[in-house]
Parts: sequence; structure tokens; C-alpha cells
Amino acid sequence: MQKTYYDPADLKKFSKISEWNETLGEKFFDYYGKVFEEGALTEREKSLIALAVSHTVQCPYCIDAYTGDALQRGITKEEMMEALHVSAAIRGGAALVHGVQMMNKVNKLEM
Amino acid sequence: MTQKSLHKRNNQLAQSQKQLEFLANGIFKTGELPTFKNKLKDTGIAPLTANTLEILQINVGYMCNQVCEHCHVDAGPDRKEIMTKETMLQCLDVIKNTHAHTLDLTGGAPEMNPNFRWFVEEASKAGIKDFIVRSNLTIIRANKKYHDLPEFFKNYNIHVVSSMPHWTQGKTDKQRGKGVFNQSIQALKDLNAIGYGMPDSKLKLDLVYNPSGAFLPANQSAMEKDFKSALLEDFGIHFHQLFAITNLPISRFLDYLIASDNYEDYMYALVEAYNPQAAKSVMCTNTLSISWDGYLYDCDFNQMLELPVNSKVKHISNYNEDLLNGRTIVTSQHCYGCTAGAGSSCQGSVA
Repeated sequence: MQKTYYDPADLKKFSKISEWNETLGEKFFDYYGKVFEEGALTEREKSLIALAVSHTVQCPYCIDAYTGDALQRGITKEEMMEALHVSAAIRGGAALVHGVQMMNKVNKLEM
Repeated sequence: MTQKSLHKRNNQLAQSQKQLEFLANGIFKTGELPTFKNKLKDTGIAPLTANTLEILQINVGYMCNQVCEHCHVDAGPDRKEIMTKETMLQCLDVIKNTHAHTLDLTGGAPEMNPNFRWFVEEASKAGIKDFIVRSNLTIIRANKKYHDLPEFFKNYNIHVVSSMPHWTQGKTDKQRGKGVFNQSIQALKDLNAIGYGMPDSKLKLDLVYNPSGAFLPANQSAMEKDFKSALLEDFGIHFHQLFAITNLPISRFLDYLIASDNYEDYMYALVEAYNPQAAKSVMCTNTLSISWDGYLYDCDFNQMLELPVNSKVKHISNYNEDLLNGRTIVTSQHCYGCTAGAGSSCQGSVA
């Protein structure tokens, strides 16, 4: 039994998820494929969004996959890091904005 | 940054036999990954055979003014292999008699061969439909004696195909050497100034993109769109097509893959991306590669691995198109590079 929760080799096995529920697995991968097709947004823009979100949800598989995808598309490391800061700003902002709730509570409870 | 060729550094991978041994062992020997030959069989494509010759690619020497990190030729200023006038005359005999529609001169920097201009002048008389010179761009700016190359190309209606790994300086210089980006931009402006690459111009200027690391190229048309808008917006530069080429795991790129511990992952990625449609259309099925010393190969990569054509005819001096057509293509694990995804050839994607 491996001693870490994440194994990079598992990323290659992602499609095997369908083996235990073909119907739902296929629906997910169909949907996934469609999401990343060029639409109102380019595939390149979607790749950067995916990279940023990968960091927000802290998915190591996704980070590996979308860092590679970004490189393939010619996205520079400066662009990647800027996208990551957008993710960090939203995540940080999300924590901070809850401070209003804290302030409300303090204001309500304090004399 | 690589400053010298593998040959000059006496690196073991300078020997083609060592490269082939490395490629045949490990993940391929244990069966973890299928060999290319078995993959062809499993997908009903074996044996891969040559069709009618369409493209004659001639490598006029390994000398180059650049020492790019990924170079499959292991070219550089320290490489002295140069095609002689005698071999060029043998090539001219073939060029005049072949039915191939494309002549493709490559190197190294082909312009550094002292007989390059004479050869272009003579070859152009054969009435080849598409006469390509693979110019690295910086050679045009490297020395005064090369500054008139754009005009020279124009005089012979040469189709210029040039490498450009990215539209940013950082990525380009990292792969191809410090200062390469700015010189390439200037050379592209020089070519544009006399009509090369301009919309509707008959003076063809195409760029070649290859990834700057251990990953595969993205969709060619999407990359072309990004290159075009960035080069136009930032520098006012025009070009016609972008050819996306996969880096093949040989020579300096193989050395990089091994040194950076990326070899196995890269080979997995290539095998996983194997595309039977691309395998059916690989460039070796319509191309013949001639080395600086006149020997015949199925492609430029086989030339570097010293894997000659599987034919009685081995040298340009006894060239016989009838005997060469239909030959079985010589393959090894590196061929996965040409069959991954949309496929890769000197003319870009094939599937």
C-alpha cells in the first residue's frame, strides 16, 4: 500500500472511473469534452481558467494536467502565474469578505 | 544553455548506436510500453511502406550558427560535416530527373555551406514546384555576407520555412540561444519588407513551431492564430502558415529528456497520443532524405540515427526511384514522435 494519498500515475487512470458506472462516467466525459471546446471563449482562455480553478480546488492532478495543457498551448509562465493570482485573490477575498460577518457579530454582541 | 554539440562534448548520445540502445531498453524492453513496430502491427498499418516520392529533402551540412537545446541534428558551429560540390552535382542529376514536386534544403544552417548559392541557382533550373529553404532566420543577420539572403531567396522564388518556437523573447531565447529572438524578429521584418509572408504574396514565408520542453504541441491552427495575432500586434510581422512539429526523442532532445528526468513521461505521452490516422500519413511515406555525404534515409531523423533506407540503393550516386518506391520504412521508438496526436512532419500536422 502506498504511503501517500496522491500518485501522479493515477491521473492516467482517470478514464477508468467509467468502468464502475459507464453511463454516468460517459456523460461526465462527454460534458467535460464539450465544456473545453472553443465557444464564446477560446480553448486557450478556458485552459487558463482551468489552471486557476485547479489551484483554488487544490487538485494536484488538475494542476499537473492544466500546467501541461497551458505549456502545449504556448501560454507563458507569466500568464499562468497571473491566472493563479486571480485565483488567490478570489480565495483570499472570499475569506476576508466573511470578516464583515465577523464584524456584524462583534458589533451585535459588544456593548 | 547548450554551447557545444553533443559531438564536441564527447557525449555518449553523439553516437547513434547509443541512442538506439537507450530507446530500445527500459520501458520498451520490459513491455511496459509497446514497441513502435508492434503498435503498427496492432493497428493494422505494418509494414509501413514508401509511396510515390513527392518531397526530396537534402541536408547540405550540420554546421549552424545556433546551438539549440532541442536540435535533433546536433548542429552547431563546431560541426564540420558539409556537402561537397561533387555530391551536390549528384543531387542535381536526381533533382532534374525526379517527379518529386518539392525540394527541401535543410541543415544545420544550409546557407553556411559555401556552395549553397550555386546549388540553389542550379537546382532552381530544374523547375521544381515548391523549392524550400529551411532558414533559421538569425543567419540572415549573423554576418554582412548573409544580409542579402532575403533578396537572393526572392530572385529564385524560394519558399522560406523558419523556426520560431514562440512569440516571446524568453521562451525563444531559452531554447535557441540568447539574442535569437531579436535577430529573428529583425530577419522576419527584412523578409516582410520585400514581400515575404505578406497576405496574398506569392513569396511564401512559413514558420515552424516546436514545443520548448517535454510536452507535445497543441492544435496547429490554434497555435497559428496565436502566433499571427501576437507577432502582428507586437512587431507588425506577417507570415503565411505555422507548422507545428513534435520534438522527437533523439540527439540533444533525448539528452535533455534524460537529464531532466522527463524521458519516461514523454514516451508515455507520445505512445498514449498514438494516432493511426497520423501513422498512415507520416512524411517518410512520400519523402526521401539525403545526407551531407549523399546517403539516403527515410527521413531526417533516421539520417541522424544512421538508419539508412531499406533498399539496394543506398547512395545518391546510384539513385533509382523505381527501386526506392515501395520500400519498407525503417522504424524505431522515435517514430512515435511523428504519429502522436495530429501527427508531425516537416510540413506540420498530417492528420
